[in-house]
Amino acid sequence: MGSVFRPAANFWASLALLLLAVAFVASSLIVWLWPHSDYARRANWAPSQPVPFSHRHHVTGLGIDCRYCHTAVEVSSNAGMPPTYTCMTCHSQIWTKAAVLEPVRNSLKNDQPLVWRRVTDVPDFVYFNHSIHIAKGVGCSSCHGDVANMALTYKAKSLTMQFCLDCHRDPGPRLRPKNKIFDTSWTRDETTPAPELLLAEYGVPQRNLTDCSICHR
Amino acid sequence: MTRLVAVVALCALGACSDMSDQPKQRTYSPLVGPAQTPPDVVSFLYSEPTAPPLTLALIERGQQRFRIFCTPCHSELGNGQGMIVQRGFPEPPSYYVERLLKAPTLYFVDVIAKGHGTMYSYASRVPPADRWAIAAYIRALQKSQNASAEDLAGAKTEAAP
Repeated sequence: MGSVFRPAANFWASLALLLLAVAFVASSLIVWLWPHSDYARRANWAPSQPVPFSHRHHVTGLGIDCRYCHTAVEVSSNAGMPPTYTCMTCHSQIWTKAAVLEPVRNSLKNDQPLVWRRVTDVPDFVYFNHSIHIAKGVGCSSCHGDVANMALTYKAKSLTMQFCLDCHRDPGPRLRPKNKIFDTSWTRDETTPAPELLLAEYGVPQRNLTDCSICHR
Repeated sequence: MTRLVAVVALCALGACSDMSDQPKQRTYSPLVGPAQTPPDVVSFLYSEPTAPPLTLALIERGQQRFRIFCTPCHSELGNGQGMIVQRGFPEPPSYYVERLLKAPTLYFVDVIAKGHGTMYSYASRVPPADRWAIAAYIRALQKSQNASAEDLAGAKTEAAP
């Protein structure tokens, strides 16, 4: 009676075992790292919107301040999405026949709000407050990126918990002078006051910024 | 054995959600809001008929708010040649016409709240206290355009670089 396995079977059996081990490690890594990837976090991705609104045109081109539309950002946890009435403040008079603005006109006519798709979101168990970040010298672009130069609005940062903690552990270098908070193309340069000076000026408490209950309540 | 597999499978299902979408079970409802209106709350279109005390802080607040909400059309100079007007919006009157120089300050406060002509109401964007601040800044603008050298007595009078 001849042998069941030929000598080469040893090689194939070892290779199969090795591949199994590699597959196990790779799949574990994917499961572990996938949720933190930019793709899974929808970073650098502009969802389609009812109207292709361009921040670059309105902010950089026309010089409209962030707060003209996002009126609540300094006083509320929510920055505030502008109602159709705000759009129509100008568009009742200019671009009145533009097809691209048809949903805006219908929204005002039918008293039905435009349904924008959310670009930047944090999980529901995170309590983010815009007003305190503005008041303590964190600019829009620290989380939203250079919105003033976005033709279509996209999520610029991953907004993982690691992203939040990077700043909460060491806020100083991310703070900026008061008059630069709404300047989304601002970057720290040699004229910027030192981080320690800004921390003192804004009175940022460094004792409890990484407490769980600062963000999770 | 089957039961054990079923339990493990059910537990594994729990990993499908990372709890990112977890709205509050008891959401805010106006019905359970404060029964009595807090003391300093005013109605949406209300304009305080008397001006707050005129301070530098008020004018500076007015300048900041003016640059956010008014300059798109009225321009930083207040001459009605803002960027939106340059792009085709009907031109608002300059603040330096006779009619507006003589208008009471309350007039500006009311226009911010209720709108005027093609200008929409800014009641939802500019709260009542800020309307007075902006009106105070408009008054300062008007004064700046008709000021004489004597008005600057006591102030720093250096030539602009």
